[in-house]
Formats: sequence, structure tokens, C-alpha cells
Amino acid sequence: MGGKAVLVLHSGDMDKVYSALIIGNGALAMGMEASIYFTFWGLMRLKKGGLEKGPLSKMHMLGMGKWMVKKRMKKANVAPLEKLMNDFKELGGKIIACEMTMEIMGIKKEELRADWIDEWGAVGTYVYEARDASITLFI
Amino acid sequence: MEIDVRGETCPVPLVECRKALKKASPGDLVIVKGTHPASKKEIPMACEAMGLKVLGIEDKEKGKEWEIKIRR
Repeated sequence: MGGKAVLVLHSGDMDKVYSALIIGNGALAMGMEASIYFTFWGLMRLKKGGLEKGPLSKMHMLGMGKWMVKKRMKKANVAPLEKLMNDFKELGGKIIACEMTMEIMGIKKEELRADWIDEWGAVGTYVYEARDASITLFI
Repeated sequence: MEIDVRGETCPVPLVECRKALKKASPGDLVIVKGTHPASKKEIPMACEAMGLKVLGIEDKEKGKEWEIKIRR
């Protein structure tokens, strides 16, 4: 079948980072190409040690909600984000980091997980990638 | 090649199955053992999408487990 999934991860919320990495891995598992474009709050999750640091998008309650959801996820044996990221990379998924966000937020390349990032780009990179994609989502 | 994803949940069974298929050579038999209900349906869907042949889907342990055989 082939095909391509290109996702924009704008949110840095933990649950949405899960969505992006699960969908990305799902696409790769179905034999598609996949890339995730990390921008704005999403880019914060590419900071060293930052992948699991996002709040819950709803009912975060100063961390109480996140703690509860994490406990339930552990019970349900949901994989940690780090594993999903490693799987995504192993299956050939591409990670793109938004350069404009880096400028706005004053983030330097050294602060990010360069070992995960395949490309540094701007809107042109996303549109170029998404042009012939059969799935594209803004998360 | 046999992979055991019993107890694993979405998307791990699908991902581990894909990893095994990547490592296997054409013609190899890949056996996936799992418990996650949706994956029993979705692993054959992924195989179909990739043009691979599913040789069999079997229920084990009174329907609590399943086993899928795939020809790479």
C-alpha cells in the first residue's frame, strides 16, 4: 500500500504527545512512511529529559490529574513515551524540529535531543512533506 | 521467528510485529502471540496493507490469547 502520514505536533501536553507517537507508529506498522513535525509547545518535548514532562491537556490539576492518569496507564501497561519514540525511530519515522519556535523560545540546538531529530525546518519542510501525504493531522 | 506480545497494549503489538517483519527475510514464517483484542484484528489489517499473507489466526487459552502466523 505505501503512503505517508505527516503529523504536526503543536501541543506539548502529555496525552497529545502520546496521540502523535501512537498514530505515527501505527502508520509505520502499516507499512507507511511517517514524520512528525514538532513545533511550538510540542518542540519543548524534544528538550533533553523533556519528553514525559508535559501536563495533561485536561484535568491536570497541578499535576494531580497527570499523576493519576500515569498510574492508570502503568496499570494498563501502556508503553512509556521514550519507548514509543525509540520504536518510531527504529521503524524509520522522521522527526522534524521547527526552527522558528527555537528562535521565539530561545532554544539552542544543544538543548534538544539531536539524536532523535532528522531535520530542522520551517513551514516549507512541512508542506513539502505533506504535499503527497495521505494522512496529515494537526495535534 | 516468534514474538511474544502477551500483556502488551496499543500500539506495542502492532509495532513489535512490524519490527519482526522488518528483520525477517522474504519467505520466513513470523508468529505473533498476544492478548490485546484490537491487535488481533489490526495485525492482519497491517499485513493486508503491506501485501503479506496471513496463514492463520488462532485463539488460545480459551480465547484469552491469540496467535497469528504470517509469511514474510
